[in-house]
Amino acid sequence: MNGTSRSHTLVAMVADHPGVLTRVASMFRRRGFNIASLAVGNCEEPGYSRMTIEVRGTDDEVKQFEKQLYKLVEVITIRDLTDVAAVQTETALVRVRVSPADRPGLADIASIFHGEIVDVGRDTMIVQITGVSETIDRFLDVIAEYGIDELTRTGVVAMARGTKASRNGSARG
Amino acid sequence: MTASESNGSTNGAVPARSGGQVICEALLAEDIDVIFGMPGGASLPFYDALYHYQDRIRHVLARHEQGAGFAANGYARATGKVGVATSTSGPGATNLVTSMANDHMDSVPVVYITGQVARPAIGSDAFQETDITGISIPITKHNYLVMHADELPRVMAEAFYLAKSGRPGPVVVDVPKDVFLEETTVPAPDRVNLRGYRPVRAGNLRMVRRAAEVINASERPMIMAGHGVDISGAAPELFELATGGNIPVVTTLHGVGGFPETHPLSFGMLGMHGLAYANFAMGETDCIIGLGVRFDDRAVGKVDEFGPNARVVHIDVDPAEIGKVLDTEVPIVGDLKLTLQALNPLIEHRERRPWLGQLNEWRENHPSLDIPDSPDTVLPQEVVRSIYDASGGDARVIADVGQNQMWASQHFWYEKPRRFFSAGGLGPMGYALPAAMGVQMGAPGEPVWCVSGDGGLLINIQEFNTLAAEKIPVKVAILNNAHLGMIRQWQQFFYEGRYMGAFLDNPDFAKVAEAFGLRGVSVSSRDELHTAIADAHAYDGPVVLDVHVDRVENVYPMIVPGTGVRSVIEDPR
Ligand SMILES: Cc1ncc(C[n+]2csc(CCOP(=O)(O)OP(=O)(O)O)c2C)c(N)n1
Ligand SMILES: [Mg+2]
Repeated sequence: MNGTSRSHTLVAMVADHPGVLTRVASMFRRRGFNIASLAVGNCEEPGYSRMTIEVRGTDDEVKQFEKQLYKLVEVITIRDLTDVAAVQTETALVRVRVSPADRPGLADIASIFHGEIVDVGRDTMIVQITGVSETIDRFLDVIAEYGIDELTRTGVVAMARGTKASRNGSARG
Repeated sequence: MTASESNGSTNGAVPARSGGQVICEALLAEDIDVIFGMPGGASLPFYDALYHYQDRIRHVLARHEQGAGFAANGYARATGKVGVATSTSGPGATNLVTSMANDHMDSVPVVYITGQVARPAIGSDAFQETDITGISIPITKHNYLVMHADELPRVMAEAFYLAKSGRPGPVVVDVPKDVFLEETTVPAPDRVNLRGYRPVRAGNLRMVRRAAEVINASERPMIMAGHGVDISGAAPELFELATGGNIPVVTTLHGVGGFPETHPLSFGMLGMHGLAYANFAMGETDCIIGLGVRFDDRAVGKVDEFGPNARVVHIDVDPAEIGKVLDTEVPIVGDLKLTLQALNPLIEHRERRPWLGQLNEWRENHPSLDIPDSPDTVLPQEVVRSIYDASGGDARVIADVGQNQMWASQHFWYEKPRRFFSAGGLGPMGYALPAAMGVQMGAPGEPVWCVSGDGGLLINIQEFNTLAAEKIPVKVAILNNAHLGMIRQWQQFFYEGRYMGAFLDNPDFAKVAEAFGLRGVSVSSRDELHTAIADAHAYDGPVVLDVHVDRVENVYPMIVPGTGVRSVIEDPR
């Protein structure tokens, strides 16, 4: 089985039990997958969480992985949003080393990228930026010359467009 | 777990029971009459509950937790019920790990009740504290750490349901010492409701029709039957499919006995040490009908040579197995028995003269099961054949791992499912003796033969004590070749005879057996062999036969790893 490797975005609804993250992570490691990003948080139903997982692999590999993941008793639904109409977004916090003189320049760049200055220190600024991962990558590239002191990214969260009922994708792998 | 997840419905309030009692009641509700285990500090309150149930639940004290686990596996496989093994926390639980992994690889339903340190001590590196739920995540179907007795009725019901439904597997229920003692008035649920777990029943009908078209159109079809036949109880349906459609059958190691091996349509076991003609068939077939199989590498060999021109129909209950190894034209997720019941009426009978003629010609010219002459030594194959003859072919045979496993699968013609047992996926030496114990407990009164290598026997030889103490009449035949035979064979073939760590300096096993209180017999000639086996077969207690067999006999046929079904090495003699 072959195919080209690319980035996939999977969204899973899981029971909010202790250990569920370990189970999911263990499955990734065991099947030789590298998680590019993983975001977990509450969802619309109490007692459940939603995970967005970004992973690289061929379509066949990811399909197989999806099926293995679905076998976990605590995984309720799982869907690959890679090729469906979906909103994908991520937030980054970047602390940039910047002298007072350079602040306006950085602020300009941030505003072009719809970033927000959320903290200003004597020689640093923290920019919060939200958008698709590629936009964040470009922003980081542009401000690299200032010197990035610290960077943290949430990982992608994703959601299919349209209502749940209108989607006919199966929950099963 | 949250209320929204599942509770099933319940039977109304019941009197307070301790956690330990809840577990015993759950065992009875599952019709479990025997469990295997070894107690320890953390599980003593559970043993105190068992004390009060001993008239209904027999506890077999294994002499090593691994023995308890393998015995539970044997019991489950012999009966089709769930096996149960129990241990204390820490070392007791870690001793079960190999057994859990074995159940997981072989899809065998076993529920493990492990004691855990008391709740206040969890996370403090307390004496004998081990995170067994953490350890067992990748080697179990599911596991639970039960933090309140109120959860136990639901957890036990779920554990049994998960273990035996869909693709079966092991489930661990880790219970802190104080939870065994804690009381609850929560009743057992009358059904299990797990939102994220809905095993599929009968396969999709449209797909079933597609399968029938593909099978009916094929000229050289081959059924490859696996463990699923056994698990789903689909042997009658498989028989109907094969004979109805006139379709030849090969089986995997775990499929052995799913189709009667003396039937003209049976072409035996395929794979690395499968029969030459079974493997040739898989090279030439134009339609592989995979039934309850996972196309394991030991069965398939090189994928490119495995049915390169075949259309593939694959029925399995686990969606993750379909399309994992072979490109599959007709994937059907479903319970095998139910799916075959839908498929069989659509299958047309075909003559298939050229194909069956070809298969039979291979069978004639490549007789994989002829035992060569050996004037000076007893051959290990003869031991298996002798058990076959003495039992009239109707014994349960439990093989260990290594050469003995292959000979035990090859030289006995299994006519029914649940007759041949071996640890196929994980391949842990030391499986056979304790598993045979469990099989015998599940099939009382039936002849049960443990066929083990000398090396493998030593791994769990402590269970001789259990056989003696519990009077479990297992017959043990040791194929004593004074070697880790399979290792020696590989070193001969693939390492130019540089033998390293392959020789065994064995004890006198007959004396060892006697010391354990078992009947022990040493056998070194053909005449002795047949008498000893016939005597053992007629004896109603446990017997150990230490059969000194040829030390350098190899298993044939053999497919060298990395090569395919066409490159079978046959016995040169
Ligand atoms: C627990 C365990 N350790 C090591 C192995 C590797 N191994 C596979 S077969 C074998 C030799 C088995 O020797 P013996 O039990 O005497 O059986 P024989 O092959 O001689 O019939 C070994 C060491 C294994 N399968 N399981
Ligand atoms: Mg040996």
